[in-house]
Amino acid sequence: MRNLALLFCGIFFTLAFSFSGLILSSNNILGSLQRTTETLDEEGKLQEGEELFPRVMPGLAKQGKQVYIEMGCMYCHSQQVRRAGFGGDAERGWGPRASVPRDYITQDRVLLGTMRTGPDLMNVGGRPLNADWHHLHLYNPQITSEHSNMPPFAFLYEVQAIEQSPSADALQFPPGSPYAPAEGYEVVPTRKAEALVAYLLSLKLDYSVPEAPIL
Amino acid sequence: MNSKSHTVSSATDAYSTNDVSVRAELSEIDASIRTASVFFTVSSVLWLLIGSVFAIIAAIKMHHPVFLGGDAWTTFGRMRSAHLNAMALGWGNNVIFAVGLWIMARLCRSPIRHGGLLLIAGLFWNFGLTLGLAGIIFGDMTSVEWLEIPHYATPLLAFSYLLVGVWGIMAFHFRKGAHVYVSQWYILAALFWFPWLYAIAQIMIIWFPARGVVQSVTNWWFAHNVLGLWLTPMALATAYYLIPKVLGRPIYSYYLSVLGFWSLALFYNWAGVHHLIGGPIPVWLISAGIVASVMMVVPVVVVGINHHMSVVGLHRAVWRSPALRFVVFGSISYTLASLVGSSMALRSVNEITHFTHFTVGHAHHGVYAFFTMIMFGGIYYMLPRLLKREWPSATLIRVHFWGSAIGITVMLVALHVVGWLQGVQMKDATIPFLDIVEMTLPWLKARSVSGLFLTVAHIAFAVNIFWMLFAAGSFRAKTAPTLLSKNNGEAFAK
Repeated sequence: MRNLALLFCGIFFTLAFSFSGLILSSNNILGSLQRTTETLDEEGKLQEGEELFPRVMPGLAKQGKQVYIEMGCMYCHSQQVRRAGFGGDAERGWGPRASVPRDYITQDRVLLGTMRTGPDLMNVGGRPLNADWHHLHLYNPQITSEHSNMPPFAFLYEVQAIEQSPSADALQFPPGSPYAPAEGYEVVPTRKAEALVAYLLSLKLDYSVPEAPIL
Repeated sequence: MNSKSHTVSSATDAYSTNDVSVRAELSEIDASIRTASVFFTVSSVLWLLIGSVFAIIAAIKMHHPVFLGGDAWTTFGRMRSAHLNAMALGWGNNVIFAVGLWIMARLCRSPIRHGGLLLIAGLFWNFGLTLGLAGIIFGDMTSVEWLEIPHYATPLLAFSYLLVGVWGIMAFHFRKGAHVYVSQWYILAALFWFPWLYAIAQIMIIWFPARGVVQSVTNWWFAHNVLGLWLTPMALATAYYLIPKVLGRPIYSYYLSVLGFWSLALFYNWAGVHHLIGGPIPVWLISAGIVASVMMVVPVVVVGINHHMSVVGLHRAVWRSPALRFVVFGSISYTLASLVGSSMALRSVNEITHFTHFTVGHAHHGVYAFFTMIMFGGIYYMLPRLLKREWPSATLIRVHFWGSAIGITVMLVALHVVGWLQGVQMKDATIPFLDIVEMTLPWLKARSVSGLFLTVAHIAFAVNIFWMLFAAGSFRAKTAPTLLSKNNGEAFAK
């Protein structure tokens, strides 16, 4: 090839083309999305006095998201629900509706994920799993989910001797569990574990938005 | 064959000549980049070994989760991210700097000026990466795929890259001769594309996060293009350089080279959004990504035909040459991996393969079976010329080749099969999720075994390199190149 002007222009414009087509245009369309009420009035405006969605995450949950990020949870757990009929997301009860761009606008870091070694967590806070279950599951997944290949996060917990009476936040092991601490000892969550569980419980897709109502 | 393809061949013929003045010129060019390229090569091999250790740990944890499970810093998410970054930025980028810059300098027929500054770039790169990996392991990971390195290490990488990129473009600027060979197009383009992609991704995801899923679109535009517009063009440039050099005959068709280059440039950079099919992204964006992914069949088939026709009939010479044995394995993998990739972008296939080990298998098909194998070939060709020594052991080269070839084949079969099964079963909500997890475990064990094969191969490679560098006395007297089978006089290209 001898025509270098063509070579340089080609190299520049091919990438400029996809940069504007994918990045700038999506920023243009989605960059101005705002929080909304679940329905709109006849004029297409927000319903006055109603709660805005998506919710803003409470402080402890925000700290928990940081733990989720530094542990790399998203490499096995996605946070997106595909529409009913595409994949088994709806049938598996991973969310009452498909997730849409607006659901993510309050997040500083979006963790859609591309792998489901474990189940999707977009709506894990909406499932009938309480904080006790999450703590046991994080401490050792085998307690709640036998044969899971999720790693244990026992290093987020402390084993300590029981003084006088057991701590209020001590983990409640099922009777006879081989993972329970020795007699006279208890397992208590560190602050990181508390934050992580608060984050997981805050992940809820339990609201409608005008473009994606829960039917 | 048309007249233009002869123009190309004359450019390459000049390098396989016995003309003393041309050989002297090449020797001078090699000397100008020797220190930097050897430094980058040694760095790349050390990162390859480090990345292999992280890979084995992560692979074992997948089926044996308590393995090294007691500490935060060895948890799965950190080990797999350390593996990815050690391999992509440690092995991948160092070997690109080593081989890519050397090919660029040779094809430009111009010695590298101030090669010592490249050494500084190399030190910054490796220091920045070490800091970045430590950041990942000790809790500052970003959890953005392919961009896990924390923000305090990335400026070091950017500075280092800037030096390398400028040096590559300067080599091009001082080139001799009017003709620019296909390898030079690819290297020049990649040197320009990579910083653009990296800068935009850093700015829009880490420094000034864009709103919502715009981050995800940017993430996959970047991450897929690291493969498409950085690793792929560098590997293709290496293949385009080595095939005619070793076989002593020109690339089959100039027009196919042109078509392959421009169709890759046009389509590949739109394809990345196929990682978000079914996700919370406007459908037209995803459709654009699917169209581009399917159109990738054009450059892949074109390059595949061009490479195949260039080696056809000379299979013995290919099999004998350490460099070409790896390069041809990589080229065949390029065709296969890309065709599988294009089909994975179809919605009906993606519905199954998305979110499964199939994708992980596919990533290794591209980055290992294609890119890495070709770059191994590049090193096997480059080092004897830079060091003016032959490879100490043909046996170690054979161990490397077969370890890599068998290891990657086992891994690809295991991950593709289990990924497909996993996808089909996840779609059927009557199958409990934990049953699917259990089903995957034997296949994941097979993947760990494949990792052992690959690690043995990498150790053989490293031993050969260090033997060549530091214990040269025993084989310095060798007068003939180290080949993998006996030269029986047929199809001998020299």
